[in-house]
Amino acid sequence: MAHEAVSAAEAREEGWQSIVTDWGQDKATFRVPWGKAMMWIFLLSDTFIFTCFLTGYMNVRMSTTVPWPNPSEVFGLNVFGVEVPLLLIGIMTFDLITSSGTMALAVNYGYRRDRGRAAALMFLTGAFGALFVGMQAFEWTELILKWGIRPWGNPLGASQFGACFFMITGFHGLHVSAGVVYLSIVAMKVLRGDYEKKGYEIVEIAGLYWHFVDLVWVFIFAFFYLW
Amino acid sequence: MAAEGQQHPLKLYFFIWGLLFVFSAASYGTDFLQHGLFRWGLILLFMILKAGFIVAIFMHMRWERLALIYAILGPPVVLLVLIGLMAVEGDYTELKRLDFFSAPLVPAGHAAEHGTEAAH
Repeated sequence: MAHEAVSAAEAREEGWQSIVTDWGQDKATFRVPWGKAMMWIFLLSDTFIFTCFLTGYMNVRMSTTVPWPNPSEVFGLNVFGVEVPLLLIGIMTFDLITSSGTMALAVNYGYRRDRGRAAALMFLTGAFGALFVGMQAFEWTELILKWGIRPWGNPLGASQFGACFFMITGFHGLHVSAGVVYLSIVAMKVLRGDYEKKGYEIVEIAGLYWHFVDLVWVFIFAFFYLW
Repeated sequence: MAAEGQQHPLKLYFFIWGLLFVFSAASYGTDFLQHGLFRWGLILLFMILKAGFIVAIFMHMRWERLALIYAILGPPVVLLVLIGLMAVEGDYTELKRLDFFSAPLVPAGHAAEHGTEAAH
C-alpha cells in the first residue's frame, strides 16, 4: 500500500513523542492505508449523527410529562404462553455480537491470505446482519399492528416514543442493511482474488464499519431499551 | 507494523468474543432489576465494557499509533457537553410544562360539566 510504513525507531517511541513525530513531519500523518483513515473519519462523523439522535431522544423523554411506554413490555415475546420481557431485543443483541465475532475472524483470515475462509466468514457475517434486519422488520410490524404505535402518537403514553423509536432504530437498520450489501460485495471480490496484489486491508476496513454498527447497537440497547 | 497489517492470535479474538457474550447477557439481565441508580450503574458499566472491548480489540484501536487514536477518540468527548446541556434543558422544559399544563385547580369533572363557563 501507498502509506508510509512506521520505521523501527518510530515504533519504539512512546506517548506524545510519537504524536509529535507523526504530526510534525512534512508527510502523511496517519500511518495507515488511506482507506482505513477515511473509514475512521467517516465513523467519527457517524458517531456525531447517532449521538445527536440519542441526545434528542433523551431530551424529549426527560421533558415529557406523559408516562413513557414500558420497553420491556412492548418488546417482550410470548414463548409458549410465558411473557419474557425484552426477549426479541436480547436475541437481536446476541445476533449482532455473533456477527461481530465472525467479522473479526474474517479480517484475520484475510491477512493470512486464506481467501476462501475470509469470504465465507464475511458472507456469514452478512447473513447474521440480514437476520438482524429481518427481526427488526418483525419488531416494527409488532409495534405498528399489535401496539398501534405511530411516529406521531400511540395508545401507550408519550407520543414522542414512536418518533424516537422509528428514527433511531430505522437509521441503525439502514446502516445494517448497507453493511450487508457492502460486506457481500467485498466478500465476492475477495473470493475472486481481486485483492491479491493490493493486500487485504479492505477486509479490515469493511470490518471497522461492521463493528461500528454493532457498537451503535450497544448504546441504543442501553439507552432506548433498558432505560 | 508488518506489511500485512493487523494480525493477532485467533485465541485473543475468541476470548474477547466470549467476554462480549457475557457482557451482553449481563446487560440483558439488568432489565429484571428494579429501576434505580443501581440498575443505571450496571447498564452503563456493561455498555462501556462492551463498547471498549469492541473498539480496542475488534477494531484494533489498541494497536494503532496515538496520532490516530487521539484524532478519532478525542472529538466525541465534546458530545458529553451536548448531552449535559440537553439534560439540563430537558429538566427545565419538564418543569415548565408541569407549571403551565398541569390540571387547573378546579376538579376535572367539574370543569367539564360547566364547559366554557368555567373559563370566566
